[in-house]
Amino acid sequence: MNKEKQIMPEQKPEERIKNFDEVSLGFSSDMAVLEAQRCLQCKNSPCVQGCPVNVNIPAFISKIRDEKFLDAYGIIKGTNSLPAVCGRVCPQESQCEERCVLRNKFGSVSIGKLERFVADHERNTENVLEIRDTEKTGKRVAVVGSGPAGLTAAGELISMGHDVTVFEALHSPGGVLVYGIPEFRLPKDIVHYEIDALVRAGVEIVTNRVIGISESLDDLLEKYDAVFIGTGAGLPSFLNIPGENLQGVYSANEYLTRINLMKAYMFPEYDTPVIRGRRVTVLGGGNVAMDSARTALRLGSEEVHLVYRRSMEEMPARTEEIHHAEEEGVIFDLLANPVEFLGDENGHLKSVRCIRMQLGAPDDSGRRRPTEVEGSEFEIETDVAIVAVGNGPNPIVQRSTPGMETSRRGNIVVDGRTMRTSKKGVFAGGDIVSGAATVIEAMGAGRNAASSIDEYLKTGQW
Amino acid sequence: MHLIRYNEIVAERVGMMIVEAPYVAEHRKAGQFIILIIDEFGERVPFTIADADSKEGTITIYYQIVGKSTDKLSTLKAGDFIKDIAGPLGHATEIKKYGTVLCIGGGIGMAPLYPIAEAMKSAGNRLLGVLGSRNSSLLILEDPFKKICDEFLLFTDDGSAGEKGFVTHGLEQFSSGGKIDLVVAIGPVPMMKAVSDMTKVTGIPTLVSLNSIMVDGTGMCGGCRVTVGGKTLFTCVDGPEFDAHEVDFDELMMRHKTYRKEEAESHELHRHKCRLDGMI
Ligand SMILES: Cc1cc2nc3c(=O)[nH]c(=O)nc-3n(C[C@H](O)[C@H](O)[C@H](O)COP(=O)(O)OP(=O)(O)OC[C@H]3O[C@@H](n4cnc5c(N)ncnc54)[C@H](O)[C@@H]3O)c2cc1C
Ligand SMILES: Cc1cc2nc3c(=O)[nH]c(=O)nc-3n(C[C@H](O)[C@H](O)[C@H](O)COP(=O)(O)OP(=O)(O)OC[C@H]3O[C@@H](n4cnc5c(N)ncnc54)[C@H](O)[C@@H]3O)c2cc1C
Ligand code: SF4
Ligand code: SF4
Ligand code: FES
Repeated sequence: MNKEKQIMPEQKPEERIKNFDEVSLGFSSDMAVLEAQRCLQCKNSPCVQGCPVNVNIPAFISKIRDEKFLDAYGIIKGTNSLPAVCGRVCPQESQCEERCVLRNKFGSVSIGKLERFVADHERNTENVLEIRDTEKTGKRVAVVGSGPAGLTAAGELISMGHDVTVFEALHSPGGVLVYGIPEFRLPKDIVHYEIDALVRAGVEIVTNRVIGISESLDDLLEKYDAVFIGTGAGLPSFLNIPGENLQGVYSANEYLTRINLMKAYMFPEYDTPVIRGRRVTVLGGGNVAMDSARTALRLGSEEVHLVYRRSMEEMPARTEEIHHAEEEGVIFDLLANPVEFLGDENGHLKSVRCIRMQLGAPDDSGRRRPTEVEGSEFEIETDVAIVAVGNGPNPIVQRSTPGMETSRRGNIVVDGRTMRTSKKGVFAGGDIVSGAATVIEAMGAGRNAASSIDEYLKTGQW
Repeated sequence: MHLIRYNEIVAERVGMMIVEAPYVAEHRKAGQFIILIIDEFGERVPFTIADADSKEGTITIYYQIVGKSTDKLSTLKAGDFIKDIAGPLGHATEIKKYGTVLCIGGGIGMAPLYPIAEAMKSAGNRLLGVLGSRNSSLLILEDPFKKICDEFLLFTDDGSAGEKGFVTHGLEQFSSGGKIDLVVAIGPVPMMKAVSDMTKVTGIPTLVSLNSIMVDGTGMCGGCRVTVGGKTLFTCVDGPEFDAHEVDFDELMMRHKTYRKEEAESHELHRHKCRLDGMI
């Protein structure tokens, strides 16, 4: 067996912080085959159990080994409709690769990177899988939201023969994949390619349409036989500390949207501005915080701090992102918490006052609870602060729909198996149900909902 | 893509555009707005729907030329296109019979105010109107507004039209003339603040429509946040109308200045480029 893990080539940190191009450069065919040869083809395949959509990992890897890349693609596509995306953004280290039997001794097989290779190969050879001519059922389904949950549901439903219309609030479909996750981690061309494939398969996408404001869910129910809601966790949380509305304090959503979706990094060629701080401070420790910090570096900030209230071990971001952020020069202020934003007489942010934290006994989540160290306050000079402390469920649809059951936090309540909401004909899945989670989980939910919608449309039974 | 049917300058640095947006035209209610993106490079810019014709499938907006995007808008001609129009967005105004409603419009604020005034009138309210601007050349919608008002007063800062003075004088005059059940004030933030300060004292319920800087307009970015009654609310999905007496106007004015530097740079570059293009 070939024990050496293949290392995917990357742009050098000092180069890549000057551009928005993708950091990882991808495997060559040879490297992919070598990496595939490491897989032991385990009979009980623990890796598959670790994947939320149970991609048949040994099967697709074996096809790579035989250099049958398109066959490998077909296998992955059987359960995962966005492999080029998942191969890049899945937290593999806590999913498929965590369970790989090689993990402890030699390092897991790079399942995500292989998945990415296969999908890129398919895209680059433009060997688009044939669209099957399915018999039309004459049933119409509306999908609200075009994030991974909505797109997956749409793709499944169209292949089952239903007519599908996706309604998206923004001008560009893709959800977090286009407005949140930066170009250097997930090139937008890849997302557009996947969406084009859906359109070619017959999915209708209507952009610029906010359901719940422009039109209600009940209006949709009059025109469609079923509705799937995948509106995501797009509601930014703030810290609720003094000075948070000063000029220069952004939610991560606003900062990333300005830059990713609106291309403010090319301002003034593009019209949307963003403040390019000399010093930037990011508050939070998840993927969103890493993306914000690394984006700030690429906008030319000289000093980027990341303030997180626990220690490195508790950080929820993907290991790879933390590692990349460190390499690129993000300064980690760990065990610290913001208490106030301070501004000048014109209302411009000048600094963030923070307090040191220490870890006490574990809390409900099993992580050690941070408590303030009295008298340890300190200030970080900063022109821009980015609040990345989480997102709540997008409230618009629930607010405007009588009879829709929601949880205490405002998430839509569904039956875990059927993804049915409390309203007849309405299904939901993804972050709007689970709270902020992952791309692959949202896709899994979209897929489950689609088969349950299909069943409902066939039987009419609720 | 949305075909522009009409786009002309109708007052000093104010343009009026009629553009095809059948969905918006059919669904819009008074008080709602759109977000448009002019072209591939465009930002998302909010404008109030001043009028709509659902048969023609068109909406009307009035825009004040203040920066790059509105400058770009003013160079478009009938036959050109707007890339994206999202909407209708925001809550509609609560239209019902209040009794006597006083509508106060300042400058470009007349555009959002007019459809509200019209709807208030149709709902059976007695309609009082006050309109104000710096000078006569900045006035828009004066005639149609006057026509629907039971009583109407006009003010300019320099006295070039109507009485010399500010809209707050109109508020004083009407307040002393009898009971007012609701004031709706839309205009520059300092004007809305001045009106609000006065009606707070007299205890007249007052609505204002806020024009925070926006990005998505769907409640996702929080960029449009305002402090209302000590709470952080999002103008795009919680508003744009709020109880004036609860709004932190000073903070709103401060936040309006966020991109001064960047906007000036970008606008200057745009004008420079236009001049160069003009020379070729
Ligand atoms: C910056 C960032 C980085 C992340 N990084 C990772 C990562 O590396 N790996 C990973 O697995 N996960 C990551 N995540 C999480 C992941 O992106 C989400 O879990 C996933 O996108 C959820 O998918 P969704 O389809 O439920 O919702 P979303 O992707 O949020 O899509 C919802 C869509 O619905 C639209 N919408 C909302 N309301 C309405 C309405 N009323 N009418 C019409 N349309 C509406 C929205 O505009 C949006 O397009 C990240 C998230 C963020 C914000
Ligand atoms: C709900 C809503 C409805 C609106 N309706 C209308 C309308 O019907 N007609 C109209 O002319 N304008 C309206 N506005 C304001 C309009 O969106 C801004 O004037 C526009 O964004 C300016 O873009 P610009 O690129 O031309 O100028 P910028 O270069 O962005 O700004 C130029 C100057 O205007 C100030 N400014 C920026 N944004 C705003 C803002 N949102 N409000 C006030 N000042 C601002 C800046 O401080 C800057 O100094 C509305 C805004 C909102 C939020
Ligand atoms: S979809 Fe994600 S978790 Fe599943 S195999 Fe692929 S990379 Fe692993
Ligand atoms: S656990 Fe690892 S070695 Fe075993 S089949 Fe899965 S990827 Fe291959
Ligand atoms: S404009 Fe983004 S939340 Fe209102």
